[in-house]
Amino acid sequence: MMQRNPQPLQPSSWLDPLYDPKIRGIIFQVLLVLALAFLAYEIVTNTAANLRRQNIASGFDFLSRTAGFDISQSMIPYKSTSSYAAAFFVGLGNTLLVAALGIVLATLLGFVIGLGRLSSNWLIAKLSLLYVEVVRNVPLLLQLFIWYVAVLRALPMPHDAKPIAGVAYFDTRGLHTPLPLLDQGGWLIAIAALTGIALTVWLNIWARQRQEQTGQRFPLFWSSLGLVVGPPLLVFLLLGAPLHFEQPTLGRFNFDGGLTILPEFLALLAGLAFYTASFIAEIVRSGIEGVPRGQKEAASAIGLSNAQALRLVVIPQALRLIIPPLTNQYLNLTKNSALAVAIGYPDLVSVFAGTVLNQTGQAVEVVLITMAVYLAISLLTSMFMNWFNARMAIVER
Amino acid sequence: MRAKPKTFAADPLRWTRDNLFSTWSNTALTLLGAALAAWILTAFLDWAIFSAVFTGSDGTACKVDGTGACWPFIWHKMGLFMYGRYPDAERWRVNLTYGLALAALVPLMIPRIPGKLWLSLYLLIAFPVIAYVLLRGGMLGLVGVPTELWGGLLVTLVVACVGIAASFPLGILLALGRRSELPVIRYASIGFIEIVRGVPLITVLFMASVMLPLFLPSDITIDKLLRALVGVALFSAAYLAETIRGGLQSIPRGQYEAADALGLSYAQKMGFIILPQALKLTIPGIVNSFIALFKDTSLVLIIGLFDLLGIVQQSVQSDPKWYAHSTATTGYFFAGLVFWLFCFGMSRYSAFLEQRLDTGNRN
Repeated sequence: MMQRNPQPLQPSSWLDPLYDPKIRGIIFQVLLVLALAFLAYEIVTNTAANLRRQNIASGFDFLSRTAGFDISQSMIPYKSTSSYAAAFFVGLGNTLLVAALGIVLATLLGFVIGLGRLSSNWLIAKLSLLYVEVVRNVPLLLQLFIWYVAVLRALPMPHDAKPIAGVAYFDTRGLHTPLPLLDQGGWLIAIAALTGIALTVWLNIWARQRQEQTGQRFPLFWSSLGLVVGPPLLVFLLLGAPLHFEQPTLGRFNFDGGLTILPEFLALLAGLAFYTASFIAEIVRSGIEGVPRGQKEAASAIGLSNAQALRLVVIPQALRLIIPPLTNQYLNLTKNSALAVAIGYPDLVSVFAGTVLNQTGQAVEVVLITMAVYLAISLLTSMFMNWFNARMAIVER
Repeated sequence: MRAKPKTFAADPLRWTRDNLFSTWSNTALTLLGAALAAWILTAFLDWAIFSAVFTGSDGTACKVDGTGACWPFIWHKMGLFMYGRYPDAERWRVNLTYGLALAALVPLMIPRIPGKLWLSLYLLIAFPVIAYVLLRGGMLGLVGVPTELWGGLLVTLVVACVGIAASFPLGILLALGRRSELPVIRYASIGFIEIVRGVPLITVLFMASVMLPLFLPSDITIDKLLRALVGVALFSAAYLAETIRGGLQSIPRGQYEAADALGLSYAQKMGFIILPQALKLTIPGIVNSFIALFKDTSLVLIIGLFDLLGIVQQSVQSDPKWYAHSTATTGYFFAGLVFWLFCFGMSRYSAFLEQRLDTGNRN
C-alpha cells in the first residue's frame, strides 16, 4: 500500500496477498457468507428445538384443516367449516378490497387538495395547507381509532336509525343499503362490457397512430367512456332492465338483508384514504410546481389556451414526476391496511397472522406467508413501475 | 394594470379582491371555503369550550349525552399518559433523563453553536448508558423499575429514540453495502432492504414479538419492550439506508476518485471524505425518517405495549369510572395533539435545515 519508494515492491512477506483488494474482497465476502450461514443455522436449530419443546407442529398441513371460526366480511363463500387456506384467501380478498377502494378515494381527494394548495384563491390554499399539516402529522393508527370510536360509535343504534334518501340506514352496526340483484342476462352484459373494453383498446391504438401520422387529435376520453359504459348499458336496457333491489329490513337487533357495509371497513377505508390523501396532495403539488415555468410560457406562446396548456403540456410532464412517488404511496396504503387488526376488520393480518396464528401456534409459517404476500405485492408493483418509468422517461438526444 | 399587492397590509381592499373575489368561480370557492371553515371552527369551539366539561373527579358529568370534551379526564390521567405505571416517587428520574437529553439536543439543533462532534458523541455513547441506568434502575442505589411499568409518552420516546439511534449505524452499513462492488455484500444488503421495505411494520413487529423468542436458545428470555425495539430498529434501518444511499449518490464522483488518488483505504475514504459530506446532506431526510418512525411507534400497542396511544386507548376503553363517548373523543384529541406537536415541530425543523443546506445549485 505505502509505495513511497519508486522501485517495484517485491513480495517480502506471506501476508502481502492480504493487501490485494481482490483477495480482500473475496475474504470479506466469504466471512459474510459464513456469518449469515451461522446465523441461519442457529435460528433453524433453535426454532426446531423450541417448537419441539412446545409441541407445535411444523409444515404447511394446517392449511387444509378446518378453520372453525367465522369471519364477518367475505367476498368468497366462507363458513366456519372451511379450511385455513380459505380463511387466508378471505383475508387476502378483504385486504385487496380495502386497498383498491382506498387508493381510488385517496387519489381523488389528494389531487383535489394538491390542486387546492396551488389555487390562486388564498382561503382555499390555506385550508388545503391546514388539512395537509394536520392530517399527515398524526399517526394513522390514532386516526383509525378516531374514525372507528369517535365518529362511527356516535351514530344511532339500529332502532333509532333514520333512513337516508328513504332506503339506506347508517347506524352503529354499519351502513345498510339496498342490494341490487340481477335476475337474468348477467353473462350477456358481461360479454357486452368485454367487447366495449376491447373496442376501447383498439380505438386508443388507432387514435395514437393517427395522431403520430397526421397530428390530429381524437376525443379519446369521452369516446372511451362511451365505449366502456355504452354496450353493457344498452344490453341491460334491451333485456328490460332485469334488476331488483333487496331492501334492508329492521330485525330484532339489527338490519337483515340488503347490503351491509361494516363500520370496521368504513373506518379503515376513511382512515387510509384521508391519511394517504395528505401525502398525495404534497406529491401532486410538487409535481406541478416541478414543471419549468418556461413550458407554460412556451405553450401560451404557440397559442394554446390556458386549459389546453394545462392538459397538453403541464399535466403530462407533471405526471412523470408524480407517478413514481404516487406508486410509493399506493404501496404504503396497501401495507398500512394491515392496521385493520387494531380495529378488527378481517384483513389478511387480522385473520391470518391474528386468529389463525393464535389457533395453530405455527408462528413461523403464518408470519412468513403473510410477509411473502405483502412482499409479492411490493415487488410486482415495483417491477411494473420500472417498466413504466422506462417507457415514460424523456428520450433525450 | 397596477402590480398586485403582495401582502394584505399593503392594500387590503385590492388584496382581498385579487386573492378572494377575482372571478365568479373564485368568489364561489371563497364562499364555500368560508362556510367550511366557519362550520369546522364553530363545531370545534362548541366541542372544546361551550359544551365541554371542565370539572369533576370522575366521569359522571361526561356521561351525559351531547357533552363535548371531557377535560377532567385528561387532568386526572395526565401522569398515566406521560409515565405509564412508573412509580410516582421515581418519576423525577424520567424528567432528569429528559433534561439530560435536551441539554445536548438543543445546542446540537442550533447551527451556530460549536462542538457538534462532542455533543453527538455524548448523545450516542454516554447518554444511552446514563439513560438506561436512570430509567431502569436496580443499581447505584436506584430502585429497579421493570419495563412492564413503563408507559405513555415515555415508551413512545424511548422506542422512537432507541429505534433511530440503533438503526443509524446499521443503516449506514446497509447503504454502503448496497453500493459496494462486492456482489455478495451488495446482494445481501439489497435483499435485506427490499424485504423489510416490502412488508408492513406490523408484520415485522409480529415477527419480533412472536418469532424472535423462537429463534433464540430456550434459556434466553427477552423483555417485551426490547423485542419491539429490535423490530423497530431493523425496520427503520432499511428506510434509513435508502435515505443515506441518496446522500452517497449525490456526492460527485470526483470526490471518490480524489480519495482513491490520495491512496486512502476504503475505510479512510468513506469515514473522512464521503460520509461526512453525505450525512450532512441527508440530515433533513433523516429527520423525516424520524418523524415517520415517531408516528409508527404507536403500532407497538398492537403487540401489547402501552405507548402514549396505547395507554390512552386502554384508559378510554376499560376504565368504567370514565367510560363515555366524550372521554374517548377527548383522549384521542389529546394523544393526537401531542403527536402533532412533536411531528409538526420536527417537520418545521427539517424544512429549516433543507433551506440552510440548499446551496442554490437548483434552478
